Amino acid sequence: MKIYVPLDSAAKALGADAVANAIVEQAAARGLDVQVIRNGSRGMVWLEPLVEVGDDRQAFGPVSVADVPALLDGKLKGHGKVADIAFFAKQTRLTFARCGVIDPLDMDDYQAHGGLVGLRRAVGMTGTEIVTEVTESGLRGRGGAGFPTGIKWNTVAGAQASQKYIVCNADEGDSGTFADRMIMEGDPFTLIEGMVIAGIAVGATKGYVYLRSEYPDAIKIMRQAVEIARNSGVIGGSVLGSNRAFDMEIRVGAGAYVCGEETSLLNSLEGKRGVVRAKPPLPALEGFLGKPTVVNNVISLATIPVIMEKGAQNYQNFGLGRSRGTIPIQIAGNVAHGGLFEAAFGMPLGELIDDIAGGTATGRPVKAVQVGGPLGAYFPRAKFDTPFGYEDFDGQGGLIGHAGIVVFDDSTDMLGMARFAMEFCAVESCGKCTPCRIGAVRGVETIDRIGRGDAAAVEILTDLCETMRDGSLCALGGFTPFPVMSALTHFPDDFATNKEAAE
Amino acid sequence: MSASQATIETLARILAAHDGLEGPLLPILHAVQAELGFIPEDVQPIIAAHLNISKAEVHGVVTFYHDFRAAPAGRHVVKICRAEACQAMGANGLADATLAKLGVAWHGTTANGAVTIEPVYCLGLCACGPAAMVDDRVVGRVDTAKMDELLAEAGA
Ligand SMILES: Cc1cc2nc3c(=O)[nH]c(=O)nc-3n(C[C@H](O)[C@H](O)[C@H](O)COP(=O)(O)O)c2cc1C
Ligand code: SF4
Ligand code: FES
Repeated sequence: MKIYVPLDSAAKALGADAVANAIVEQAAARGLDVQVIRNGSRGMVWLEPLVEVGDDRQAFGPVSVADVPALLDGKLKGHGKVADIAFFAKQTRLTFARCGVIDPLDMDDYQAHGGLVGLRRAVGMTGTEIVTEVTESGLRGRGGAGFPTGIKWNTVAGAQASQKYIVCNADEGDSGTFADRMIMEGDPFTLIEGMVIAGIAVGATKGYVYLRSEYPDAIKIMRQAVEIARNSGVIGGSVLGSNRAFDMEIRVGAGAYVCGEETSLLNSLEGKRGVVRAKPPLPALEGFLGKPTVVNNVISLATIPVIMEKGAQNYQNFGLGRSRGTIPIQIAGNVAHGGLFEAAFGMPLGELIDDIAGGTATGRPVKAVQVGGPLGAYFPRAKFDTPFGYEDFDGQGGLIGHAGIVVFDDSTDMLGMARFAMEFCAVESCGKCTPCRIGAVRGVETIDRIGRGDAAAVEILTDLCETMRDGSLCALGGFTPFPVMSALTHFPDDFATNKEAAE
Repeated sequence: MSASQATIETLARILAAHDGLEGPLLPILHAVQAELGFIPEDVQPIIAAHLNISKAEVHGVVTFYHDFRAAPAGRHVVKICRAEACQAMGANGLADATLAKLGVAWHGTTANGAVTIEPVYCLGLCACGPAAMVDDRVVGRVDTAKMDELLAEAGA
């Protein structure tokens, strides 16, 4: 009998290793023929450790070590098949189709579930054909800016150079996001396959994954996966026996949020301080070591294989307006059913929070949600009918970023959250522009003045946010005003109560 | 102060292992910190000379990144997530209680040298916060009782 216990960090953080060990030991003691497989996570974090039993994948969770005897006796109450759990059944899993299903480091299992089909097709195509396919899929960068992936690739493909690079942005610094981590831990070959296809498409033979140091488990798994891919001929001098070459390395970041910004990342990869570069030149033309470079987010690249496998049309059939395909939405913070929910673009924000995720973990009313990480706006309930799409969020003064949603209940002090946004910007600023470096420090002081009851400081804060927005080189300084001003605008009471208290 | 013979040998081994890499400085610094526990001031000129860059450049890189330490940490490093999703689940209270209990500030080390407490901004465990990491081990849904357990295990 097969028993699946996730090796995903979230599952481990909730005790999965101890559960896996207990299953192995107790099954052996009973003389049971049990094979424990460490899979990725299905993304239902509130059920982790989510243990699955048998080929029809019966779900149990959260399972503790104390539950193991009952589990092995067949007496533990479960949730039925994983695929039938509402949170899972309502999803459209394209990018994450294999995540949690397979053994992440088993190349045979990978191929048995559609792995390498896309790459096999790609090696028989010209670079131009691949770029066209990706462009037609409508895929836009999942790292935050939403730039069309095919257009970026086309620029790199058209550049003449002795060497080109594929750089995968695995810096995933946004609070409330973990899709990159989950795919790297749960289906690492997908990312590798996507990078190889990108390399063939644009004529790059070398790739780097810039992976944040805060993810030690993902680093280990990705390094093993690269080794296995090389030994299986997926990467190396001859990709799948073709005349194309591509190899790659995993590089570890060093704890700087700003290094998720692509030009700062490239400086860091080159061994420099992670200071943001002015654009132009675009990284597509002068990127890593001055050579043409594709910089793409993990999810952008990990989505390439399914596009190549099923075709551009299939992918682009999903979605809303100019937001095509599916998006792995990460629902986090104070939430009853938190986790990763991959769906076609277009689902209203409120449905995701109230129906899919079941409201808050504390059971109190939702006060605000922050979408798109620390640079994303706070939305009140009044904006819950906003459909999940790039333009739709933009139109409401927000952004979807890397598609993380952080839920806050009514005990949250929004002045405190605005202050934190400024504090975070001050801590993480690369230091290049004054409005960001100095402005963020002033921002903290100004919000403290408001907290002490100084009404005049509200106008100063508003001006300061304008200066940061207009005078910053990158979105760290430029977008910090989003969370600050949205908190101030939508939750004025939190900025006024303190004032009255002080008077 | 110049580096000891042992440090010079360690460095030579690390530098040789990274020969031929494109952009080798961060991997080298990570390797130095993994072996020595921090980036001693006196190894910076050795790295600079080997890579043919200035000492100031190496120093600039070491000080830019939060990960690199100028002095050794405690025997264990406990990182507590301070980012928004964990705050929504009470991370601020957890952090305040932990710092107060140990009588240290952020980045501080307990008097017995067992534990250094550091802030971290997201561990990708945002749906099971508050999150923490003890050395390389991730922990979710950390409340003060769980933190006390972790600190006791770490010898704080
Ligand atoms: C401060 C800052 C942090 C960023 N962090 C990330 C990150 O962690 N991961 C990411 O993929 N993109 C991040 N980005 C966006 C990148 O600059 C870039 O747009 C992205 O890597 C391009 O890949 P994509 O087109 O596939 O999204 C960040 C941008 C800024 C301004
Ligand atoms: S806005 Fe801030 S982080 Fe971005 S380039 Fe300017 S100083 Fe650096
Ligand atoms: S916000 Fe704490 S783990 Fe992501």
